[in-house]
Amino acid sequence: MTTVTPTEQLVTPRPEKRTTSSASVWDEAFRRFRRHRLATLGAAVLFAMVVAVVAGPAIYRVPIDDIDFKAKLRGPSWAHPLGTDDLGQDLLARILYGGRISLAVGVTAMLVAITVGVAIGAAAGQLAGVVDHALMRITDLFLSLPQLPLLLLMVYLFRDLLRKALGPEVGVFVLIVAVIGGLRWMPVARLVRAQFLSLREKEFVEAARGLGAPPLRQVVRHILPNAMGPVIVAGSLDVAAAIIAESSLSFLGLGFPPDIPTWGRILFDAKDNLDFAPHWALFPGTAIFLTVLSINYIGDGLRDALDPRRIIPR
Amino acid sequence: MSKYFIRRLLISVPVLLGISLILFTILALAPGDPFEELATNANVPAEVRQNLRAKFGLDDPVPVRYARWFTSMVRGDWGFSFVSRVDVETLILQRLPTTIIVLGTAQLLGILVALPIGTLSAMRPYSIFDQVATTLAFVGFSLPTFFTGLLFILFFSVYLDWLPFIYRADISATGVQWYWHHVRQAIMPVAVLGLFQGASLTRFVRSAVLDVIQLDYITTARAKGLSEKTTIVKHAVRNALIPVLTLVALQVPAIFTGAVITEQIFRVPGVGSLLISSILANDTPVIMAITFVFSCLVVLFNLIADLLYGWLDPRISYR
Repeated sequence: MTTVTPTEQLVTPRPEKRTTSSASVWDEAFRRFRRHRLATLGAAVLFAMVVAVVAGPAIYRVPIDDIDFKAKLRGPSWAHPLGTDDLGQDLLARILYGGRISLAVGVTAMLVAITVGVAIGAAAGQLAGVVDHALMRITDLFLSLPQLPLLLLMVYLFRDLLRKALGPEVGVFVLIVAVIGGLRWMPVARLVRAQFLSLREKEFVEAARGLGAPPLRQVVRHILPNAMGPVIVAGSLDVAAAIIAESSLSFLGLGFPPDIPTWGRILFDAKDNLDFAPHWALFPGTAIFLTVLSINYIGDGLRDALDPRRIIPR
Repeated sequence: MSKYFIRRLLISVPVLLGISLILFTILALAPGDPFEELATNANVPAEVRQNLRAKFGLDDPVPVRYARWFTSMVRGDWGFSFVSRVDVETLILQRLPTTIIVLGTAQLLGILVALPIGTLSAMRPYSIFDQVATTLAFVGFSLPTFFTGLLFILFFSVYLDWLPFIYRADISATGVQWYWHHVRQAIMPVAVLGLFQGASLTRFVRSAVLDVIQLDYITTARAKGLSEKTTIVKHAVRNALIPVLTLVALQVPAIFTGAVITEQIFRVPGVGSLLISSILANDTPVIMAITFVFSCLVVLFNLIADLLYGWLDPRISYR
């Protein structure tokens, strides 16, 4: 038994290929993402937005609650680049500050949704049988809940309780993030379960099982990393959906209190003054629109980038 | 087919039970008290309050209250609105037609926009038309309805002064004039909702047609000399509609979200704006009933989609 098999001969001459293989998956994904021009543009716009809301208030040092009745409802000017509201408060400062909260709500709610979704999807896909059946019925049940009415109901009912327990800002933040995240995990759970069902039968997982890897290691090291592509795409779109959900709540007057000017809240205050102060509504609305559009394009680009089988037209 | 229908219908029952259970649990856990107003009113003695609580069974254990609430919901007795002083079912039935008309028209508009544009896009993928349409669709569903609504008001009501931005139920004009007023005030809410729906549907239609159009039977249809129009309309689009239909039904919850917001912006006297005003007025029976009605509608539309799916696609077995 000293004969060398043909496969070994094929593999041995080029060992240097293997050292770069793990990095090149992400290089390839990045290259594919860059080919989606609008996604790249979206990423640039979103990056600019994030920098603006994070660093902006440190550079543009105008207080968000500086009331000046002499300068109320003014359009854009040198003193107030985006104009003022009905109390003469500077809109640029308010939009920069509110953007922090809107973006933070979006990202945190997405993380909640993905964590719950991955956990439930993985449990259903891995444990199969009765657990799978029960979890999928619960997922179906949550999918038929009318989201906004329920969101309104829960925020309304629990707002005072959490406000007392955690303070006005943190309480409302925790509530909104938990409720939005808790009502958006279902698509992720379904995706992850579907991935698990197909990946579980793949040869490399079988190999790991054959080598004696315990179930937890099989899941964490072998199946989950390969199931993450669609989850990342769904997650990016969830950020946009959560931002819209938070803005909708604030726009209906049931989100953050008036002293925390999220973009939706500014729109809520502005909507009755449209005829004589249109700038008040236009700027925060545009901020929401640009953020959501950028995130949606990034999601589209990630979809192209993370699915190696997808053919991208040149 | 009827066996399939009954099976689907039976599956909806536990879903409805589950939804009602979730709704009731949320309410039972919440700290609010419908008699709070009486509690703070010094003129109402404590025993009156106690008697009222006992009369409405507010101090009974939660499972008992759930059973009572669910049976009366099913019987059509949805309770009494504390604020409006009328029965909840009367209140909701008053508002429901407006919501259904606005939503239905908007959904129709969405489909009428999405079908031709999505199909044309898929026929010439990556052409100029496709790129413009796809970009507009992307912009369309990235624009939240509350912002589009404000933009429409700003442009068509404030700037151009063409359309009224407040929806009125009590229009005094008669005859043709009456219809004209109703159509005019419905244009903006319907357009805002319909274009948003149309934008996301366009993408579904495009990808569904794109999937079908590459199949062999389309090539066969072309090869046997059918005109391009017949090939597309009778062979491709018909089959592409099957997955699109499911998506339309699955989007029903999202449409309600849009309806609540548009009704609030344009002050349409529908169920959505009733929900908001009830929440602001702490009118619990109305809130519960509306959320329950929305859930029932979602389950109903899922059922309809399942049935239509089975009817359109003979490969689905009626197990």
